[in-house]
Amino acid sequence: MQKTVSFVFVWFALVLLLAATVTASFMLKGPAGLAVSLGIAFGKSGLIYWHYMHLNEEEGLQRIAALGAGAWLLILFAFVCADYLTR
Amino acid sequence: MTALQERPEQADRHDRGLSETDTERQSYLRAGHSLGSWFFTRDHKRIAILYLFAITAFFMIGGAAAALMRLDLLTSAGDLLTNEGYNRAFTIHGVIMVWFFLIPSIPNTFGNFLVPLMIGARDLAFPRLNLLSWYIFVLAGGFTLFVLIAGGVDTGWTFYTPLSSMFSHGNVVLAAVAVFIAGFSSILTGLNFIVTVHKLRCPGMTWDRLPLFVWAIYATSLILVLATPVLSITLVLIAAERLFGLGIFDPKLGGDPLLYQHLFWFYSHPAVYIMVLPALGVVSELVAAAARKPVFGYKFVAGSSIAIAVIGFFVWGHHMFVAGQSMYASAVFSFLSLAVAVPSGIKVYNWAATLYKGHISLDPPFLYGMTFIGLFVVGGLTGLMLAMLAVDVHVHDTYFVVAHFHYIMVGGTVSAFFGALHYWWPKIVGRTYPLVWGRLAAIFIFLGFNLTFFPQFLLGYLGMPRRYHVYAPEFQMLHVLSSAGASLLGLAYLMPLVYLTWSMRYGAPAGDNPWDATGLEWTTPSPPPKHNFDEIPVVDRPPYDYEIEMEGEDG
Repeated sequence: MQKTVSFVFVWFALVLLLAATVTASFMLKGPAGLAVSLGIAFGKSGLIYWHYMHLNEEEGLQRIAALGAGAWLLILFAFVCADYLTR
Repeated sequence: MTALQERPEQADRHDRGLSETDTERQSYLRAGHSLGSWFFTRDHKRIAILYLFAITAFFMIGGAAAALMRLDLLTSAGDLLTNEGYNRAFTIHGVIMVWFFLIPSIPNTFGNFLVPLMIGARDLAFPRLNLLSWYIFVLAGGFTLFVLIAGGVDTGWTFYTPLSSMFSHGNVVLAAVAVFIAGFSSILTGLNFIVTVHKLRCPGMTWDRLPLFVWAIYATSLILVLATPVLSITLVLIAAERLFGLGIFDPKLGGDPLLYQHLFWFYSHPAVYIMVLPALGVVSELVAAAARKPVFGYKFVAGSSIAIAVIGFFVWGHHMFVAGQSMYASAVFSFLSLAVAVPSGIKVYNWAATLYKGHISLDPPFLYGMTFIGLFVVGGLTGLMLAMLAVDVHVHDTYFVVAHFHYIMVGGTVSAFFGALHYWWPKIVGRTYPLVWGRLAAIFIFLGFNLTFFPQFLLGYLGMPRRYHVYAPEFQMLHVLSSAGASLLGLAYLMPLVYLTWSMRYGAPAGDNPWDATGLEWTTPSPPPKHNFDEIPVVDRPPYDYEIEMEGEDG
């Protein structure tokens, strides 16, 4: 029961963050808007990782393995930036 | 102790043990003959057969598109197809062969059939998910066939922007949807294999005792799970730009067409390793079984699969050397692309060392294995040429590139697929096929392949661009040679279809271990019972534990 309640809370938090993204897109322009949107997206994915993917119930090794996807995303960003920043 | 009580009495064939019926205990093929028993099966072996049928059908459709192209290329004028028709033919050939044959070929058929048998498990970790992945695959295939019927798509299998997002008149969105759906099938299969290898190994099957095929499938699964989502998202972005005018790749809206190439090749270069890594695993098995020796440098061969999977993620920029990418990024990608040759080289050298002083039998599986090694070496070495920045600028987008990747994908992966088919066929159907026909088919495939694709190296080096069907008359001779080779290759590919089908009814019973090979899959009956093993095996020896024959011991 407590688990269900916490899932519902997380869902509400995600909806609030979605609303924040939409609001920010109207209020902020340029790099500031991008930074805020990415920051909110980071928070949302963190919540999903931690609660919906049950990483809060797992041991250390599983948590590190789950970060693998993030590490691979970093490879993509790092090498794409290496191209864009040195053109 | 429940498990012990479920074990059948070995002598009593009517004792069902874990199986629900007598026939299930006898063989997975006898466990039901209705359509429902196949289409709703959760048995990994039956799902493997379902995949085998599906990918064979797609191989033929993709092959028919290739035949049309080769026929058109017989003359320099492009008499057979219209310009648009030619573009659609090579696009459908690429889309079908990459996503509906090569990527699922070895993992989803032989991986499905063999991984549980090789690690001493009764099934994959998620049998229902396994069946779901087949249905998703078939759904995606249905979409692709619909695209074909609706007139096709003309962007090439790479869907490059801005052609795909702004100018193409074909069914780009539909084709992208098909590939997007197929991606989910890949992800589910990869996930299933990873969990199975981690969780379902039998007692004693430690990581350093895993068959090299399982190592290869594990490495492939890592790529499937990590890379496929990027492709899916990229295709969604194309659809979003085409349908809603979102500025992702269109410079007018603040996008960048090169971003598409970065995202696409971040998936598609590792996808090359999805296609070839399982083949490398198959060849390790074929070489060990043919040489009757432990694999030389087992740990290095296993580790090189993981190394290829990881390094393969750092090399995608070599597809963009002439696209306008930064010179510095190109230099880095060029260096990293050369680095991926190291683990590939480790494998080839270790196979050669395994064969050295081996007791080699020239059975069909080994002939296919040798075909693979020879063609993979040519494909790999020309890959090194293409990885070098300066050479690539000269031969980029020419037939040299076409020949290079066909040496890896067709000469390599398809040969290994046929090698696997000939090696494990007695296990799959329980009957042997005529070896002489197997040998002939292997030789014809080798000859037909080289006649088809070697002239393309020369064409490319002389400047024949890819994706053109009207060409300068001086190239015609080499094109005719290539088309002649393609006819021989096509016939050679049809040969196994005939004698393997024949063997299902008329072949001699195979026995449990017709090649006298090591490995748990050869300890169960052929074909295996539904639950693979009456008793879960316990492994107490290293892999490929062949008795080494000393000189003079054998007549």
